[in-house]
Amino acid sequence: MGDGRGGEGAKVVMAEKLVVKNLNAYFNQNRALHDVSLSFEQARIAAIIGPSGCGKSTLVRCLNRMHEVVPGATASGEVLLDGNDIYADDVDPVQVRRRIGMVFQKPTPFPTMSIEDNVAAGLTLNGVEISRAERDQLIERSLRQAALWEEVKDRLRRPGGSLSGGQQQRLCVARALAVQPEVLLMDEPCSALDPISTARIEELLLELKSAYTIVIVTHNMQQAARCSDMTAFMYTGELVEYGETKQIFTNPTKRETEDYITGRFG
Amino acid sequence: MAAAVSNLRGESRYRYRKFKSDAMMAITVGATILTLIPLFLVLGYLLTKGVASLNWAFFTHMPAPVGEHGGGMANAIVGTLEVVGIACLIGVPIGVGAGLYLAANRASQFTNWVRFSADVLMGVPSIVVGIFAYAVVVRPFGGFSTLAGSVALAAIMIPLVTRTTEEMVLLVPPELREASLALGVPHWRTTLSVVARTALSGITTGVILAVARVSGETAPLLFTAFGNRFWSTSLFHPINTLTVQVYTYAISPFADWQRQAWAGALVLTGIILALELGVRWVTGGAAKAPR
Repeated sequence: MGDGRGGEGAKVVMAEKLVVKNLNAYFNQNRALHDVSLSFEQARIAAIIGPSGCGKSTLVRCLNRMHEVVPGATASGEVLLDGNDIYADDVDPVQVRRRIGMVFQKPTPFPTMSIEDNVAAGLTLNGVEISRAERDQLIERSLRQAALWEEVKDRLRRPGGSLSGGQQQRLCVARALAVQPEVLLMDEPCSALDPISTARIEELLLELKSAYTIVIVTHNMQQAARCSDMTAFMYTGELVEYGETKQIFTNPTKRETEDYITGRFG
Repeated sequence: MAAAVSNLRGESRYRYRKFKSDAMMAITVGATILTLIPLFLVLGYLLTKGVASLNWAFFTHMPAPVGEHGGGMANAIVGTLEVVGIACLIGVPIGVGAGLYLAANRASQFTNWVRFSADVLMGVPSIVVGIFAYAVVVRPFGGFSTLAGSVALAAIMIPLVTRTTEEMVLLVPPELREASLALGVPHWRTTLSVVARTALSGITTGVILAVARVSGETAPLLFTAFGNRFWSTSLFHPINTLTVQVYTYAISPFADWQRQAWAGALVLTGIILALELGVRWVTGGAAKAPR
């Protein structure tokens, strides 16, 4: 797997792609996020860790306005994508989601579509007209980026559901990449996968890193330590600590972080 | 020694349990056979009576005038297809649309009322639905008609299709909907192209079962489509249907008409059986009845 932490000694000021300011999220009256502020940088992987129910999924779902899809869910605060607030009144959430892609916990290939149709779904469902050649190119490029091309190139017309769990998840990554987003959010993408598939996804993250801003929610602290540059620790809806992964794991400043990382709770 | 005794006891208890299991198995098998006997008796009797009366003329000829021998039910076969076909044109879009609405708006009070009404409507006797169609179509139009029969059948189909569509759409994992939304696909497009598309085979099953159900209805057609001894495909005139024709012939005193009633019943059963097989084909062998 190599040393995935990256950024060793390279203390260059990175471009802040996504800036979260005083974000609060609610499910009806229940507050799920308390004044969360942090920023995600271009070409880096940020991991969000914390015990179940701490708000990590809610946080990433707020980042592409998927949070509000759940009935009764609301959010307030600012999320700036390249300096523009995605929660501004005149912003269409549909446009936000095209720029900020998402991969979910459970692999969700569309069961009625073939492998290639799944990859192209983001375009066809949005009524984008592209030529046959462009489409083929897009499918191959996205599948290659998701490290799935070699495994499926001979059966692109088979149903997406015919793949194994790990392959399905990479298909979902390919589908998200085909829309050419700038940010990729991953909500526990490996929790339903076996260790080998997990390793493939982690390798994939490191390959994609240079071109995207990646935010990954994970239950697995080893995973966060292995593949992220920055780590955020959340607890009961609050951001406890956010910093370089190496520092969070070796020298956390907060007591709760240390307790969680050393396995004393959570 | 003690071990051997307890082992023996265990064995006798096991034998008792095995006996209980076998007895229950025998009872359930017996119940299944009792259920199937009437089905096969009906089908067998229908086949022996019907096949003997079935000939090519039955499909191609019009009903013969009273007293004359022969003739067929050509107009009734076409009439059934027309009445049921138009009922589908009215009922399927409304039923599927309402079902999609119910599935998309689970929480509202209005939804609860609509769902409750659909459930109640499903239990309404079909003759009452016939009276409804009589009141809203036959009376205003001033006469029995194909359209009135189709409206009656559509009224039976709508609640069935609505509830099946809702159930089938709810079976679609919510994750698929989210996955589509996260790709930047608008809400309406997600509902149509992902959610409804995924539920399509289930919805189709529901529609076909509803069609099978109304194809066999007689009561709501008696005073709507009424019946017609002559050829008519007009929307606004009475039309003949297999069920009504079978009913009329079966209660007649003429042996030849009674013979044709058997043939008509057989053809109707054949059409419905073909539809049910269509369901199995659509769902890939795993037909699920709605509710």
